[in-house]
Amino acid sequence: MTLGDSAFWDPILDIAAAVFLALAAFLTLAAAVGLIRFPDPLSRLHAATKPQILGLIFVVIAIALGVRSWTVLLLLIPVVVFQLLTAPISAHMVGRAAYRAGDFDSDTLTTDELAPDIEAAGRSDLPGGQLMDEPPRSARPPRTRRPGPAKGRRGAS
Amino acid sequence: MIADAVAADAAIADSLVAVAIVLLSVAALVALYRVIAGPSLVDRVIASDVLLTTLIIVVGTEMAINGHTRTIPLMVALAAVGIFGSVAVARFVSRPVPESRLTQEEEL
Repeated sequence: MTLGDSAFWDPILDIAAAVFLALAAFLTLAAAVGLIRFPDPLSRLHAATKPQILGLIFVVIAIALGVRSWTVLLLLIPVVVFQLLTAPISAHMVGRAAYRAGDFDSDTLTTDELAPDIEAAGRSDLPGGQLMDEPPRSARPPRTRRPGPAKGRRGAS
Repeated sequence: MIADAVAADAAIADSLVAVAIVLLSVAALVALYRVIAGPSLVDRVIASDVLLTTLIIVVGTEMAINGHTRTIPLMVALAAVGIFGSVAVARFVSRPVPESRLTQEEEL
């Protein structure tokens, strides 16, 4: 048995693949534990995004090590690329939705850089909890102008 | 001697794979619990995202264990369209928009 012999490498590569599988499973379990133990959606989001990229990369490496074929690796790269492209978008959208819904614990935030920005933009209705302090709908002054799109179209035709 | 070493290696790999299967099962069940228990819609969205990720990883794990590549298209499709669910729900979680802001945006 020599170093160039596949009988020498096969068990090593099998164990390496199994190690990567176990690492990916551990990351997934870590995300699940984070889902259970963290107090609010933003913290849970932090835990949830760990296996989405790294865990998937580990599984792809495990498959490539197990099958030992460059063609398969080429087929697997799009999986990681799609996940790399889409995971930040969905995490951003969900985090934004959680912030706008006031669905987070502001005590757990180290810093909130979005609140001053929203205030500067004159949209004090956005940071969590402040919407409730606004006057009720009936107490607000009536809307001055609201051009209905259907009306405008009817006038044009 | 060499056969013993190979057998020991196979045993190590098998036990690692068994551990991975158990961890993935527990992770899927815990994510499912968070989907059911909530408490908020955002929590459910995040948990279902984790469940989908677990599913992708399970599909890949099954391929690595059984040494076939038939389900790679499934992995590609899941990785590509997994975003739609969370984005679609995230659009509707936000607080109702106050009327003053509606008017502002319509005037633009």
